[in-house]
This record gives sequence, structure tokens and C-alpha cells, in this order.
Amino acid sequence: MKRYFAFLWDCFRLSFVGDWRYHLWMTALTLVALTGLYAYCQQLVHGLVTTGMTDQVSWGMYIANFTYLVGLAAAAAMLVIPVYVYRNLHLHDVVIFGELLAVSVILMCLLFVTVDLGRPDRFHHLLLRFNFPMSMLTWDVIALNGYLLLNLHICGYLIYCAYCGRRPAKKFYIPFVFVAIAWAISIHTVTAFLYVGLGGRPFWNSAIIAPRFLASAFAAGPAFIILTLQVVRRFTRHQVSDDALFTLRRIVQVALLINLFLLLCELFTEFYADTRHVASAQYLFLGLHGRNALVPWIWTAIAMNVVATTLFMLPASRALPTLNVACVLAIVGIWIEKGMGLIVPAFIPTPLGELVEYAPTLHETLICFGIWAFGLLVYTILVRVSVPVLAGQVTYAHRWGSPPPASSAAASPAFEKG
Amino acid sequence: MAPPENPPGAGGDVARPAEVSRRGFLTQGAAAAAGLAALAAALSPLRHLKEGDLPTAEEFLQKHYKEMTAAEKARVLGRIQEQVKKRYGVTSQVNDPPPLDGVEFVYGLNISRCIGCRKCVHACVAENNPSRAPEIQYIRVLEMEKGSIDVETANHRYDASQVPRPDKWYMPVQCHQCANPPCVKVCPVEATWQEPDGITVIDYDWCIGCRYCEAACPYWARRFNFTEPQIEPDQLNPDLAYLSNRPRQKGVMEKCTFCLHRTRVGKLPACLEVCPTGSRKFGNVLDPTSEVHYILKHKRVFILKADVGTLPRFFYYFDERGSRYHDPLEGAGQATHGEGA
Repeated sequence: MKRYFAFLWDCFRLSFVGDWRYHLWMTALTLVALTGLYAYCQQLVHGLVTTGMTDQVSWGMYIANFTYLVGLAAAAAMLVIPVYVYRNLHLHDVVIFGELLAVSVILMCLLFVTVDLGRPDRFHHLLLRFNFPMSMLTWDVIALNGYLLLNLHICGYLIYCAYCGRRPAKKFYIPFVFVAIAWAISIHTVTAFLYVGLGGRPFWNSAIIAPRFLASAFAAGPAFIILTLQVVRRFTRHQVSDDALFTLRRIVQVALLINLFLLLCELFTEFYADTRHVASAQYLFLGLHGRNALVPWIWTAIAMNVVATTLFMLPASRALPTLNVACVLAIVGIWIEKGMGLIVPAFIPTPLGELVEYAPTLHETLICFGIWAFGLLVYTILVRVSVPVLAGQVTYAHRWGSPPPASSAAASPAFEKG
Repeated sequence: MAPPENPPGAGGDVARPAEVSRRGFLTQGAAAAAGLAALAAALSPLRHLKEGDLPTAEEFLQKHYKEMTAAEKARVLGRIQEQVKKRYGVTSQVNDPPPLDGVEFVYGLNISRCIGCRKCVHACVAENNPSRAPEIQYIRVLEMEKGSIDVETANHRYDASQVPRPDKWYMPVQCHQCANPPCVKVCPVEATWQEPDGITVIDYDWCIGCRYCEAACPYWARRFNFTEPQIEPDQLNPDLAYLSNRPRQKGVMEKCTFCLHRTRVGKLPACLEVCPTGSRKFGNVLDPTSEVHYILKHKRVFILKADVGTLPRFFYYFDERGSRYHDPLEGAGQATHGEGA
């Protein structure tokens, strides 16, 4: 137990140590996160009237970001599956970064849901009367928190074992890894069902939403990890091989193609049949009765996705600069498509045919940026701490075990440079 | 937290190279102070929280409506009465009328008669104590194109002083009190449920404000308090009930309850009483002598969005004779009709 507290204390100390770039980055993120907290405190005082949401469009940027991030969280699974199921060892050393990403992203998801609540002070009502299994929201509560715990356990166990200088026992993490793979699929599916299950919203009431979720998540998530791994490789001593990045590239290739194909299926069904159900899709893609706030966004997203897919398919993306451009395009394109493009149009027009558009307010935007900054802050700390620990530079034996202070100072280069 | 075998300085020296100890200490102290100041600044809007904004211990521990004992319920009703007195200076009566045995309420709306005057909308606001600024209305009257029942061609913002307009018909929509309510199904905390008399109610003290029910409702019947509801004391209806028209808080859902504080004690809904055309009919569908029972049996009836499978207890019907739409056909057109009247 003492050793575990020493571990936590060392992790805490490590997170403050780094060069000036690290400190600048962390200070900037903290400032953005605190600005978001400031905006949230104002929202607590005045109510959700500080957002752009109305009775007509009752979910907005918060739920849109939530939806996108649930997808990102499953990126971990896309790293884990090749390693543990197919024994593709290129990715073995980077799996942990996927799982750490999952932890920070799920934290962001939970924050986005919390800021969307009108009465966060009644959060405990969830524990007292839990409408399970009827309400899909209760399924989502279980899915997200379960996924958070699973990943916390897997990462925490592996890092703690490295800190203690012993080999992780397989029975303590391999079963959890396999549960986490299935769980990663389930967080998407359950989140998709949250929307799909509403018969009164034809835009969502379609079986293709869940598969589209998975396809886009499996594109955006690994694309995000490709970029992250390059940052890790650049700023830490952790070795990431190009082979690992190109294995991920193959995953993104396939996922992007499936994503475009499913989009095509959906567009055809909506527009060829041209039933009354097309109104929301028409609002999104073409504008309805002169209202077209989302039209430029969705076409930007589609253009980005098409360009990203093309780049990923071309041999040119075997060069890292091109690959990075393609990744950024895929991430942003899917963020628009899964966020603004999936949530907002379902409310326009309303079930009574009223056309009220939605635009986020400054408050709402600051809160969103704040949560993103907080998530990045958490992720940076997790990576910052885990790299030297996993490399065996910071262990219990070095830090607390060996009495001569000189040797312990020399053995902890990680504390001097990031 | 430093283990005993380690001298206090040793652990620190590792993390803090010796040459920066004094400067490092000052820098770290300044950074910590700046961080705390920034955190305090970020939290500063909270000083505007009013007394009523934070739940008291009693409110925080209050049980779900269905779990309260009679004594607990009585205490809660008393507390609500005190709060209304304190906030509005109005002496109110807070009741909790139970559903009646052998009663299932249904509501019929005669689209042959409705002229779209919106009197029901305003009577409902006066009765149910929703926020006046911004004004929350439970009833939305749609001005429909003749020959169409497509709500997407409906006009929501017509001028009620010009009604009834030629070639239009009017369809008021409010909570349909569905027998298969999607809003109840999706609520994660069971803050909304269907009562034995068919009315779907909300425990405003239990709702967490996630607005999932609002997304689920195919009739756009639910409303959210995006900010603290504003009601002038002289506008407050003092005849209150726990599950219907007691004043709501910021951040919770609300909706039409068929005026259960009236209808469960033998009165009619406020929207029905005010209707100048007699388009609104309300009653117990289980009573074979009731008017709604007769209408369902003999008139041409339809429900809105039958395809969503919600089984509404709110239906629309029309007259074969005596309708304002039929009159011009029997006379010789609009002009003749005008002279005759």
C-alpha cells in the first residue's frame, strides 16, 4: 500500500516536470480549461439559457461533442485488436497510448454530459432510481463508466508493474483487454441506440446510424493516434516505429472507405425515396425553406472526408507529411459529420414542422473548448508520466528503495528532461 | 507521505535539482499562487447564486414522489406552500389529488369547429403557472393548409386576430398523454411516469434536466426551463398541485397534465372551459355515458402520427354537418354566406 502511494506521489511530481515547451503547453491548456470553468459557472447561475439551445433544438454542441468523443474513445480498441487478437507486434509498444487516450476521452464524454444537465446537483438521483434497462441513457452510463474503469485498470496495472519493476501477470490484464475490446464496440453501439431508438425523430430512426458510428470512429480514432504517436516520438524518449504508424494507416483506409459507402447508402435511401422523412436530411445537405445554416458545414465535412480517403488510398500517404494532412482532414471532417451533422439536424424541423435553427453561443463554445483543453491536459499528463515509468527510468527501487541519494538522483533522468 | 526510511530532503532533491532550490521554490510558489487565483476567478460567477438556487439539505434528501410516505409528502407540500409564500407573497393551497378509480381520461378536439383563436393557449398559461418571461406554452396551435394534414406545411406564427382565415384549418397540439409514451421510456431517473388515470406526470423535484424526453416526444409537447421561471405574484394561480401546476425550478422539464389539479376533483381542463367554439371535449373514456365515449364511438376520429405507435389519449374528430367548412358548400359560395350572416 505504501508503495502504491509512493507511485501516485511520483506520478504527481512527474507531471510538473518538463522543459519550457511542456510548461507553456500545460499553462495554455490550464488557462483554456479555467475559462471553460468560468463559463460553466455562469451557466450554473443563469441556467442553460446561456447556450444556443431552445425547446426546438434541445441538444446542441455538448451532445455533438459527446457523440464524437465516444467514437474517439474506441480508438484504443483499434490498437488493441491487432496486438492481442492478431499478434501484430508492431503496435505492441503503442497500445498503452491508445488506452490512455480512451481514459482521457471518456472523462471528456462524462464532462460533456454533465454540462448538458439542467440539474447537475441531482446527479445522485441516477443512483437512487436507475431506469434500467428501459432507458438507453442508463445503458450509456454503464457502458461509459465501465469502459473508463476497464482502461484505468489495464493502464494503471501495466504502469504500476513497470514502476515496481516486475513483469505484469497476464491473468490480471489479458482478460480485461478482451473484455475492453467488446466493450469498445458496445459504447458506440449503445450511444448510437440512444438516438436510433427515438421513433419520433426520423433522421435518427435508422438502423445505419450504429454501423456508421463504428466506421467513422475507427477512422477518426486511429487517425488521432497516428498524430499523437508522432508527438510522443518527438518529445519523449519513447521509440515508435514507422511500421506502427503504417499499420494504423491501413485501419484508417478501410474504415474511411466503409464510412463513405455507408454515407452513400444513407443519402440514396433518403433522397431517392423522397418521402416526408427527408426533411431533416434536406435541411442538412441542401437547406429547407431558405434555412441553411448547416449546409456549408456538411459539404466541408464531406469534401474533407473524400480528400482524406483519396489521400489514404494513394501511395503518397506512405510519406508522413501527407499522412498527417490526411489524418487532420479525417479527424475534422468526421467531427463535423458526427457532431453538428448528426445531432442538430434531427431537431430541424421539429416534430410539429417548425423550423428553428441553432447556433452555439460564446458561453457554450468556451465550455466546449474548456473540456477539450481539460481532456488534452489529462492526456498529456498521462503520457508524460507513463513514458519514463514504462521505460524503467522511474521505479520504486530507484526512487525510494536504494538509500544512497546520489545514485537515485543519477538514476532519474526523466525528472530533469521530458 | 514520504516513507520513513527516506530522509525528508532526499525525495525532494531528486525531483528538484539542488542549484534551483531557492529560486525554484519561489517560482513554484508563484505558479501555485497564480493557479489558485485563476481558479478562484474561474469560480467567481458562483457568487451570484441565489439562496434558492442551491438545494437545502431537506430538498437534497427528498425522496422520489412514489417513495414518499404520507407524512413525508405532507411535509413536502407544506414546504412548497412556505416557499410560494416567501417568493411570491401569495397564500396558496398545495394539494396532491390522487387518480380516481375506474377513470381514464381522454381528450377530443373537433377540427370542424376550432377557429385557431389561441384562447386555450393563454388560459393554459394562466392556469398552470409556467414561466412568463420567457413564456412557456403547452399548447401549440397549427394553422394548416386546406387539404393537407402535413405538419411541415403548417403555419406556427399566424396572427390570431385574423382567424379563421379562408382555406385554412386549425389543429391545436398539446401533450397527447400517450398510452405508450416514449418520454417515460427514455427518462434515465424515472422522473416522469404514467398515472393510473392515463396522465403522464413529472416529479419536478426529481428531474435532472437531461432533456432526453424532449428529444423523444413526437408531438413536441415537453418544455424545458432554460432559466429561472419568472411569474408576477398577481399572475400566480394559488390552487396548486405537486404533480401539475406548482411553480417550477430552473433546469427541469414540464408539460400539460390535463390540468389534473382540476380534473381529478371533477372540474374540466382550463383550455376546454375557455374554448368559445366548444371544440374541446374531455372525459372518462371508461364511462359509457360520457361525451368522449360517444364521440369515439360515432364520429370520424383520427390521431396524429399514428405511425409512431404511441397510442395517444388525445384525438381529433370532425363533424359531418354543421361545420364552418361545410356552410359555404350548402350556400352559394363565400359571398352569399357573408350576406346571410
